[in-house]
Amino acid sequence: MQFGIFSVGDVTTDPTTGVTPSEHERIKAMVTIALKAEEVGLDVFATGEHHNPPFVPSSPTTMLGYIAARTEKLILSTATTLITTNDPVKIAEDFAMLQHLAGGRVDVMMGRGNTGPVYPWFGQDIRQGIPLAIENYALLHELWRKDVVDWEGRFRTPLQGFTSTPRPLDGVPPFVWHGSIRSPEIAEQAAYYGDGFFANHIFWPTYHFQRLIGLYRERFAHYGHGTPEQAVVGLGGQVFMRKNSQDAVNEFRPYFDNAPVYGHGPSLEDFTEQTPLTVGSPQQVIDRTLTFREHFGDYQRQLFLMDHAGLPLKTVLEQLDHLGEILPVLRTEFEARRAPGVAAAPTHESLVAAAKATEVGSAGGSPEFSEKVEA
Amino acid sequence: MKLVVVSAGLTQPSSTRLLADRLATAVAAHADVTPRVVELRELAVDIANNLVTGFPAPALDDALKAVVEADGLVVATPIFTASYSGLFKSFFDLADNEALTGKPVLIAATGGTARHSLALEHAMRPMFAYLHAVVVPTAVYAATEDWAGKDLAQRIDRAAGELADLMVRGPAPAKEEFVPFADLLGKKN
Repeated sequence: MQFGIFSVGDVTTDPTTGVTPSEHERIKAMVTIALKAEEVGLDVFATGEHHNPPFVPSSPTTMLGYIAARTEKLILSTATTLITTNDPVKIAEDFAMLQHLAGGRVDVMMGRGNTGPVYPWFGQDIRQGIPLAIENYALLHELWRKDVVDWEGRFRTPLQGFTSTPRPLDGVPPFVWHGSIRSPEIAEQAAYYGDGFFANHIFWPTYHFQRLIGLYRERFAHYGHGTPEQAVVGLGGQVFMRKNSQDAVNEFRPYFDNAPVYGHGPSLEDFTEQTPLTVGSPQQVIDRTLTFREHFGDYQRQLFLMDHAGLPLKTVLEQLDHLGEILPVLRTEFEARRAPGVAAAPTHESLVAAAKATEVGSAGGSPEFSEKVEA
Repeated sequence: MKLVVVSAGLTQPSSTRLLADRLATAVAAHADVTPRVVELRELAVDIANNLVTGFPAPALDDALKAVVEADGLVVATPIFTASYSGLFKSFFDLADNEALTGKPVLIAATGGTARHSLALEHAMRPMFAYLHAVVVPTAVYAATEDWAGKDLAQRIDRAAGELADLMVRGPAPAKEEFVPFADLLGKKN
C-alpha cells in the first residue's frame, strides 16, 4: 500500500497571523513539502491543477519534473489533471516526458475540474464535461499504446499518422487513476480500462463513496480485469496531529474556522465526525485511517491533504514529521489486515513486469492492438 | 404509500404546520398513506451548513432521502416578501435536480392576508415545475381570516383528493438508467 500527500496549491492567509504567502513563496513551499515527503518515507506526492487565483499549480509537469530531479524514490502524481480542458495530446507528451526524466516514478490522476469558467477559458463547454472526459481519455489511452494514431472525435481536430513522442518509458504508460466525487460514469470509465479509481472523500460522508467505489469494483470485475477485491482504489483524507490531542484541536481550530473550504459552517467537531478529517493524537489518526478499509475494502493508495487552511510551511513540515513517525505503524497494521489476493499498489516496475509477463504469455501470437475508438 | 409533509413554518405552534397537518389528514382520508412530517425549522442549521460544505449532516440527509423516496409530497411555506421563505427554497435547493421528477406534489402556503395568495401560482408552482414534479391543480392558501371560514376545509379536501388520485395512479419516477461504457464511448455493442 502506498501513502502520500496531495496539495491543492492554494494561497491562503494564515488566520492566526494575517500573513499571506506570495505565489513565489507558495510554489517554493510546495517543493519543500514534496522533498519532505520523501524524507519522512512517504511514497507519493501529488499536485493539483488550477488556472485561477488563489491557486498556483497551473503547470504540474514543470513542478513535478523539478521535484523528480531532487528526489530518488517519490512517485510523482497529480490530483487532478484536467482531462476535460487539456489537450489529450499534450497530456500524453508531457507525462511521457516526465516519466523518462523521473525514471518511471510517475502516475497521473484524471479529473474533470470543479471551476466552471476554466471550460470557456480553454474553449470548452461545461455541459459536455462527461463526454469530454470520455473522449479525451480514449484518445490519450490510444496515444500511449499505439505508435501511429489515426483518430477523429467530436472535440478535437482529427489526427492522421500522428505519433506522440516520447513514447512511454519501457513501452509502459503511466498508471492512471480517475478521480470523481459524484459521477458513476467516471467509476465506469476507470473500471472499463482497468485503471485506478480515486475517491477524494475529504468533504463527504463515508456512505456517499461506498456506492461509487462499490460500483467501480463490480464493473472492474465485469470487464475482466480481476475480482472486485483486485480493483485499484485510492482514498483522500486530511489530518492534523499533536502528541496531545487537545493541543491538536486548539491549534487547528482557528485554521478550520476560517479556512475557505471549511470555515463558517459546521463546527470542527461535527466536521470531523462526518468526514475523514481527523484532528488529534497520532494514535487517533492511525485508528481513524484504519477504519477506511472497513468502509471501502482493502485499498492501494492513501493520500493526505496536509498543507491546507493557511497553515504555515513550518507547521506543515512538523505535520509531515508526525506522519512519518506513524507511517511504519500504518504500513504494518494495513498489511496485517489485508485480505489475500488484493492487488498491490501499481508502480512503473510492477507494470513493466506485468507487460513482460503478458508478452511471454502470448509469445508467437500477433501483437494485440487496442480497438480503434470511433467517437 | 409514503406521504412526506414538508413544513417551513418558523413559530411553534405554526399556522403553516397546522395547514400541513390538515392537508396530510385529508390525504389520508382519500388514500392509504403513512405521513411523515419534515419540519425545516429543526433542520435550519444543517441546511445552512450544507450550503457551505456541500454535504448534509445525518438528520438533513435523512429528510432529503425521505423526500426523494416519497410517493407524494405536501409542501407548505409561509409567504415572505412575495414568495416562499428562504428556508423552504434552500431545502429544495439541496435536493438533486432530478429527485422530484414525476413526483405528485400538493403546494400550500400561509400568510397574514389573502393578498399574498397568488405567490403559490407565481412562485411556488413554477419552482416545482422546474423540478419536473407533478403539481396538483388546487393549491391551498390560508390567510389568517381563512381559519374562521368553511371554504378552507373544502379547498383542503379538493386538493388532498387530487394528490391522492395522483399518488394512487402514478408509478414511482423511473430511476436514471446506468449507461455502460461502450455506450458512453459512442460504440454499439
